[in-house]
Amino acid sequence: MRELLEILQGQSFFDGLTEAQLKLVAAFAALRSFEAGRYLFREHEPADAFYLIRSGRVSLESLLPGRQPGTFMTLGGGDMLGWSWLIPPYRWHYDARALEPVHTAHFDAAALRERMDHDPVLGYALHKRFTMLIVERLQAARLQHLDIYASGEGDVGLGG
Amino acid sequence: MSALAAELQGHEPMAPEPWRILAVRREVADGEVFTWTLEPLSGRAATARPGQFNMLYLFGVGEVAISVSAIEDDGAVVHTIRAVGSVTRAMQGLRTGEVVGVRGPFGTAWPVADAKGRDLVLAAGGIGLAPLRPVVHAVLARRQDFGRVLLCYGARSPRDLIFRDELDEWQVRRELDLRVTVDRGTADWKGDVGVVTQLIDRGGFDGRNALAMVCGPEVMMRFSALSLHRRGVAPERTFVSMERSMRCALGFCGHCQIGPHFVCRDGPVFPYPVMEPAFRVNEL
Ligand code: FES
Repeated sequence: MRELLEILQGQSFFDGLTEAQLKLVAAFAALRSFEAGRYLFREHEPADAFYLIRSGRVSLESLLPGRQPGTFMTLGGGDMLGWSWLIPPYRWHYDARALEPVHTAHFDAAALRERMDHDPVLGYALHKRFTMLIVERLQAARLQHLDIYASGEGDVGLGG
Repeated sequence: MSALAAELQGHEPMAPEPWRILAVRREVADGEVFTWTLEPLSGRAATARPGQFNMLYLFGVGEVAISVSAIEDDGAVVHTIRAVGSVTRAMQGLRTGEVVGVRGPFGTAWPVADAKGRDLVLAAGGIGLAPLRPVVHAVLARRQDFGRVLLCYGARSPRDLIFRDELDEWQVRRELDLRVTVDRGTADWKGDVGVVTQLIDRGGFDGRNALAMVCGPEVMMRFSALSLHRRGVAPERTFVSMERSMRCALGFCGHCQIGPHFVCRDGPVFPYPVMEPAFRVNEL
């Protein structure tokens, strides 16, 4: 528990939570590791967890009909993984696979969600943080699909 | 001296001087991005600083502004060029030993000295790594002067990564924290997939004490500046390099103007707050 609290305290995602709130969140967490190649979760499975990746890299993959599963994003040490536990129907929308040995803090999100319903202050504090995370990932996804590195029109080479 | 070289001879700021291509190197498989090492036929030239650019002139075709991508001790200058228009595409066909015209160096430089004693975050997108490479060289030459140094580099796909050998070398030397990502991976790509801003979001530097230099497409610079700001880097300590096509490169013609600023003379390197109005894009 103490170790988990320290891990959460060192994570900017949780900055601004009170000590009491951090302790509460830590109570729903457990250290969990995955060998290279193992799935943290699979698409369509119930989303009842989220993760703080402490080290190692995780590939987020989506299956397109008739195609090989494709990595649309990789996450690494310090990244948060998973928000589908916040939004009905609470199912994962993609696969998450360990590319190398991955060490995480795993959060029992189903239980935490219930707790948040009864503790709106904590609920709001966590919602705000996950909303920020969702916005960051949405912006990243938008940039990724804009093809921003396509050649411009101009005959100029100043790095743009 | 050839007739071309004689024609190019002169010291007027508008008159290109003849430089010889010492080496040509392909940066990507199809050769669309290539690097020239150039030396002045006269044997002397003003020394460029990281972030500055030269006007490269191809006789009978035209002139383009190209950032310096390395500065060699012997005075040779290195330019990395992407063939995107009529002049740069014609340049793609030139070989070692041929002579081109060079005017410069022009413009403002990256504030490398201001980063001393601080953490330094370099964020490069695509060919934007080229203008930042001389900063990496300068920092590695005096590594002890700087705190943590992060180089976050994003490209469209693995095949678009430039300076591959040097990236490998920097990775091995571990004197800087090199993070590379691509928008679209391939089956054999073992590295990160995602946009360059996510590499910044991962932190690993002291934002309050950091200075950042960002170079790439404008939308990438805008979102990188936001990520840096979220991580505590003051906008005034975030620098961006702007790209506009140039004609005079001397602040006369106004061709490169962004608002009241002439990119050729007041830039290309600007503090972020100066360019922020030019960057505004619709938020999600
Ligand atoms: S290119 Fe003429 S003013 Fe800048």
